[in-house]
This record gives sequence, structure tokens and C-alpha cells, in this order.
Amino acid sequence: MQLAILAGFVVAGLAPLLHRGFGARTPLLMAMLPAAFAVWLASLWPVLADGESLLLEWAWVPGLDITLTFLIDGLSWLFAMLITVIGTLVLVYAGEYLKGECDLPRFLVVITAFMMSMLGLVLADNLVALFVFWELTSITSYLLIGFHHTDPVARKSAQQGLFVTVGGGLALLAGFVMLAQAGDSWSLAVLNERGGQLTGHELYTPMLLCILIGAFTKSAQFPFHFWLPNAMAAPTPVSAYLHSATMVKAGVYLLARLHPALGGTELWEVTLSLVGAVTMLTGAFLAIRSINIKLLLAYSTVMALGTLTMLLGLGTEGALVAFVVFLLAHSLYKGALFMVAGIVDHETGTKDVTAMGGLRRVMPRTAVVACVASLSLAGLPPLLGFLGKELMLKSVLAADHYGGLILLLAFTGAFLTLAVATIVLLKPFFGPRVETPKTPHEAPAGMLVGPALLAALSLLFGLAPGTLDTLVEVTVNGLGAVEANVHLALWHGINLPLLLSMASLVLGLLVFRYWDGVRRRLAWLDPLIHRGPERGYEKLMAGMVWVAEWQTRCLQNGYVRNYLVMTLLVLLGLVGHALLVRHPLDIEMSIDAYFHEVVVAGLMIAGALAACVMRSRLAAVAAVGIMGFSIALIFVLFSAPDLAITQLLVETLTVVLLVLVLFRLPRFATLSAPAERWRDLVVAGSFGTLMTLLMLSVLNGERLPRISDYMVANSQPLAHGHNIVNVILVDFRALDTLGEMFVLALAAIGVHAMLRFHAAEYDAGHGQSGRRGNNG
Amino acid sequence: MVRSGTLILSVAARLLLPLQLLFSVFLLLRGHDEPGGGFIAGLVASGAFTLYFFAYGRGALSKMLKVSPRDLVAMGLLFGVLSTLPAWWMGEPFFTSQWWTIPVIDFKASTPLIFDIGVYLAVVGSVLTAITALVDTDHADDSRD
Repeated sequence: MQLAILAGFVVAGLAPLLHRGFGARTPLLMAMLPAAFAVWLASLWPVLADGESLLLEWAWVPGLDITLTFLIDGLSWLFAMLITVIGTLVLVYAGEYLKGECDLPRFLVVITAFMMSMLGLVLADNLVALFVFWELTSITSYLLIGFHHTDPVARKSAQQGLFVTVGGGLALLAGFVMLAQAGDSWSLAVLNERGGQLTGHELYTPMLLCILIGAFTKSAQFPFHFWLPNAMAAPTPVSAYLHSATMVKAGVYLLARLHPALGGTELWEVTLSLVGAVTMLTGAFLAIRSINIKLLLAYSTVMALGTLTMLLGLGTEGALVAFVVFLLAHSLYKGALFMVAGIVDHETGTKDVTAMGGLRRVMPRTAVVACVASLSLAGLPPLLGFLGKELMLKSVLAADHYGGLILLLAFTGAFLTLAVATIVLLKPFFGPRVETPKTPHEAPAGMLVGPALLAALSLLFGLAPGTLDTLVEVTVNGLGAVEANVHLALWHGINLPLLLSMASLVLGLLVFRYWDGVRRRLAWLDPLIHRGPERGYEKLMAGMVWVAEWQTRCLQNGYVRNYLVMTLLVLLGLVGHALLVRHPLDIEMSIDAYFHEVVVAGLMIAGALAACVMRSRLAAVAAVGIMGFSIALIFVLFSAPDLAITQLLVETLTVVLLVLVLFRLPRFATLSAPAERWRDLVVAGSFGTLMTLLMLSVLNGERLPRISDYMVANSQPLAHGHNIVNVILVDFRALDTLGEMFVLALAAIGVHAMLRFHAAEYDAGHGQSGRRGNNG
Repeated sequence: MVRSGTLILSVAARLLLPLQLLFSVFLLLRGHDEPGGGFIAGLVASGAFTLYFFAYGRGALSKMLKVSPRDLVAMGLLFGVLSTLPAWWMGEPFFTSQWWTIPVIDFKASTPLIFDIGVYLAVVGSVLTAITALVDTDHADDSRD
């Protein structure tokens, strides 16, 4: 399975090649990938239905307890199924929607990579693996949202989504580290069995808050909801995928996944249910202010995400059942509706719902699909959405904390959502025919099959909710309600939730009836909304740029000597602090050296002094060279031939490089004031003292067991090498060396870029006169 | 700035280059047991190429190398990463070294050796990139002077 997902990334990379061979049929071909995953998942269902969960083990970095182990239980199965099934449909749909788009191969690459990241996210058992996939979804969704990269709005929206979700990702990482510390494991399966240990731990509050920030940013909870509607700059297939079953559900998935481990406390219940309820209301309220069909749907997604979070916060068995049903219902109808919105946009050439009407006559099939899906959004029987809403209202009525407030928010959200559903359905498809920029036709089959299937599922599950019993039961088990016994039914008799539903129907229709008036009345709120969280985000970003500019001006002003002073001072502060404060300084000095050693040391000192006072660059280089060669001699004397050879070679090449550079420098001049030179002397002197003290204290105290003993003992038996230096470099510490190789490569690219582009700039812009001066 | 140097330099560079390269390969191969290794060998090779470069100039060096020094860096990184794959294939932890003996010549091949070749190439590539970049800027200046 792990291999299949990793191979999926490779397949994603092959999309452009496939496109060369298969052209417009490539999306259908790519759709086979998620379809195959869906079939494989379906084949696992009998095992899961028995209440078992699968743990597919895969070691990754065993030394750090990091694995790529996949955990497949009801919860991850449901999410993975949604990701793969809707993914297949979206790819089929996109093939038609983006027909003729020259960037189709790029789209296929990114969306397939996104799909694989998302699958990895919901299947991963290890916190680190989950985090890696989490960040991968952020990056790939950034590329998807900014798909029309020539459009500045799309770029800005993509960047906003990236900053918000990756910023939250950082908090999440901190939360995960604390979680692993407190639970003493990186495995979710293990952590979920240690709920008591975790909720009682002293790190519980900070860890929960960090994780919540991560989940809330990803799932667009208030006050981070603003990135989601902006992300509508993406092509519609992307919106249909990201905002129905995947990206934004990742946060909700994480909360659900951690519910057994972290849930059940007052902090969890109050935070999640309140934030969720406020998000619900915010989303529904902002939705009815919009006239753009995609924005209407986007805000109603915010509302749905709020509902899911709130249900997790309530945490009762009924709420968890409602969570699962609502999640499934939302994924189905929202996927269908976004695709319908794409069809409407595609056919009419506008997204403004007030600028269209009567489309049901020209596109009857689309209208039927839209009808079923939006009735599910509205929460009307006999659709799955109705079931979800009933269960939601029922569990809200049983809420422990702030029950009244949450009920009020949830009820308002419910009837506003109903209004949104009516707007989305009635405005474009019913009423008198309105002229649109393009003359609409019925959508091609490739675009209809996806939404039609999703809408049909909404209807089917709504008519026969019993078919979902086992699935919901298994999923709820994964959420921590082990004894749950689920029987879903459409009709529960006349009870309070049903009455609330009917009230919301009446209110929702009223809002729809007076929609134009409502929008006008709400216009005075615009400046207030304008000053909302999004403004805060912009302020924050501007502040960040300001700080970056300020600190660059202070710390990195382009003078090498300044960098050097800064680096040395920071080292002096940190190392000096550790040396003097953390450890008692005990130093024994005994000068016991051979004559030739003293001579070499004297040479070094002489070289250093000479380099400082020389007034010619070439002489200074020679003096530094003397020091370098003396160091090599020291290495030879203390039998480190490898180091000696390296030192000699590096010295030689340094001389070559210096000669090349020196040739370009202006005439030697004293630029610094005497005071500055005294300051430099003090910094250099104290740094030298620090290093000396450090060496002496290292040599003196055996504070830590010497690691070299291990290397000496194991170099031959483990690594088959007698040269310990080399064995350390290429075997014991090969990962460090690999990192250094990358640093070396970066440095080379940096040198190349700086010198080459610098020269090119001169060629292009400056005349000859300015050159010498600038070069100095 | 760099032009064909003196006769002695030209002849020496031409004669020394193969010897130095041979020596660098020797250092590279024996590095696991005796003083040497990819880094040192890479420095020796860079020294050899630099000498040749000073004697004959940029054009001659590129003609001889066939690849740009930057590609050498990339190849070095590639070798470094490739050397991690056999362990993965064998189902062992990342970077576990693998050893094979090549029968006829009784040579010990291993992933650390592949890795060391990567280090070698990265070092040669980086040094040559830096040096050629410095000299190219000079040429840009010279052409205007």
C-alpha cells in the first residue's frame, strides 16, 4: 500500500509523458489510479465490517520511531474512500472542463500528487508521516489554487492559503512533538489508547492549543476562515475536490482521529463546540451576502466545517454518529454542487447567480442533478443531508456546555444554509430565462457523470439509511465510542429536531423570498467585515516584511566584516554562556611540548600577527598561508594524515581563489575608523580566548564518554574500513556528509549566480565608468 | 586575466594532469583503508583541472571536461542519493552500507564507495564552478577594457 502511494507520486510525474501519447484522454487514464485505490479499499471492507482494523507496518527511520505505517480503520477507510471515489470523478470531470487547456498536463501532475498526499494523510499512523503528508497537501493545494498563475488574484489567494495553512502546520508540528512526548509514542494507534495519560498531562493545554491551531487553519475555522473563499480562484474541478472531500476536511479528520486521545475534557468540548458553532454562523451569514455561485458554495463549506468541528466538540455518541453522517452527506452534495457550478459557469460564462435564470429548460439533466444535490444541502427529506441535519440538531439539543448559545448558532446556521441551497438551485435553474454572456447548452456526459453519481448516492443513502449502519458504526468505533450500536432511519416521529427543521425551512424560504432586501440591509456591515480577520492577516504579513527589511538592514548590510562580527558575537554569547554558566570551569594548564611543536606554534602566531598588520593584500594572503600550512604540520605531528592532506589542498586552492579575487579588488585602503578597529580587536580577542578556554575544558574534563572509542572499535568490524576518518564520513555519519554535499552545491550555485548575474547586469545596464567603484 | 601561460606551465600542466587525475582516483579508491577518500581526491582533481585551466584557458577546459562543472555537482548529489537506494531495496534502514565483492578482480564494491564518488564529483564540480565563475567575470570585464 505504501509503495502504491509512493508509486502514485511517480505516476503523477509521468502525466506529461502520458499526455504526449494519449492527448485529451489522459485524464481518463489518470482516473484509473484513484479508481484502483477505491477498488482495493472496497476489497478491505469485509475485514473492517467485522470490527477489525488493519495496521500495515513499514519502517522508515526506526532509530527515531518514525514509520510509514498505515492504519486502516473505519475512520481512515471512510476518508480514503471519499478521496479516491470523488478523486476519480473529479479527474473525469476535469478532462472535460479543462479540454483544450494547454496546462492540462500540469494540472494532472499536481492534482494526482495532491490526491496521493491526501491519501497518505488519512492513512498514516505515525505523527511525523502524517505531518509530512499534511504539508504536502498544503504545497500541492497551493499549486492548485494558483493554477492560473498569470492571474495576480489567483497568485495572491494561493499564497494566502499557503501561509495560513503552513503557519498552522508549524503550530501543529509543535503540538505533535508535545503529544509524542506526553504519550511516549509517535503512533496514533498507541496514543489513542493512552487518552487518560494525555488529558492528565501537564502539557495537555499547550499541546491541544497547538494542534487546534493546525486543524483550524486547515479546516478554515473562524477566525481563519477567510482563505477558503479566496481559494475559489482555482479552476472549478479543484474547488470541487479540495472543498468537498479533501483539503479542508484534513483538519476535521485530524480532530476526529485524535478525539479518543485528546477529547472528553472541558477545554476540548468548549473550544471545539464554540469555535465550530461560530464558524457555522459566520459561514452561513457570509454565504447569503454573496452572489457568486462558487462563493455561495465556499461559504456554505465553511459552515459545514464548523458543524463538523462542533459535533466533535460535543463528543457524545449521538454527536459522533451525526458527525459521520454529516461528513458523508456534505462530501457527496458539495462535490456534486461544485461540479454543477462549474458546468453552469462553463456554459453561461458567468458565476453571478443574479445574472442567470431558467436554465432548466436548456440543461434539464444538470438541473435534475442540481436539484437533488441542493435539496441535500438544504437538509430536506428524503436526502442524506436531511438525516445529517436531524442528527446534528438532536445532538445540539443534548449539549452540556453553553447549550442554548450553540443551539441558537446552529439553528441560525441551518436556516441560512437552507436559504443558500434555495438560491443555488432556484436562481440559475428556475424563473424566467435570462440572457447570459454565452449561450448555454446541456453539459457533455463527461462533466455530468460525476455530479450525477454523487447526487444519486445522496438520494440512495437518504432513502435507505440502513445501508450505512455498519459503516457509521465502524467509523464511530474509531472515534472512541466503542459500544455504539447504530440504527439510522429517516423518520423518527414528530420530535423537537423535526420541528426545528420545519421552522428552519420556513425561515430559510423567507430569507430566500426577501434575499435582495436582506443583502441590501446587510450592506452596512461591509466595512466591518472588511476589517475582519483577513485585514489582520494582511497587517501581519506587512509587519513581517517590515521586520525582515529592518533586520536585513541591521544585520546583513553587505559588508563581510559586519557579518563576521555578528556571527562571532552570537557564538561568543551562546557558547560563552554555556561554558561559563552551565559548567564549572576547571582548567589545568601544563606546558609540556617538544621543541619542534613550539616552533610550529610560534610560526602560526607569527603568521596571524603578520596578516593583521600587513599593508599589502598579497603579503597578508601569504601570512594566512603560513598559518594554514603550520596547521597542516600540526596535523602531521599528531598523526592525522587525512586532515593534513585536506588542509594542504584546501590551502592551495584557497590561494588560487584568493589570487583570482585579489586581482579584482581596488587599491588597498584603510576604510574603518580607529574605534571600529579597536572594537574588532576586542571581538576577535574574546573569541580567541573563548575557543582556547573551550579547548582546554574539553581536554581536561571527561564530561561525556568519548565517541571516538566507539568509532575506533567498530570501524573495521561494522564498516570494513581501516581509515576511521573516511569511515565516519561515508558510513557512520553519511547523512551529515550528504547534507554537507548539498550545502557545497548550494554554495557553488550561489557563487555562480552572484558572479554571473552580477556581470550580466553590468553588461546590460551600467557603463564602464561606474564599474571599478562598485566592484570594491 | 587567464591566458595561455608560459611554455613551462603549459607543458607541465599537460604532463601533470593525467598523473594527478590518476593519483586522485587512487586516493579515492584506497580512501576507506588508508589516508585518502572522496573529499581529498576531489581536491586533488580540482587542483589538476585548475592547473590545466590556468595553462590553457576556459575553452580548453570545457572542451576536455565535456560537461559543465555545475552538472558535475548535480551528478555528485545524484550519486550520493543513489547510494542510499540499495539498503532500501534490501529492506534495511536508510543508508545502511551494502558490500559486494566483484569476483574476478577481487574488488570490494560498496555503497560507501558510491557515496564517496558522489563526494568526489561534488567537490570537483563546486571548486571548478567557483573558479570558472570568477574567471568568466574577468572575461566579461576584459572584453570591454
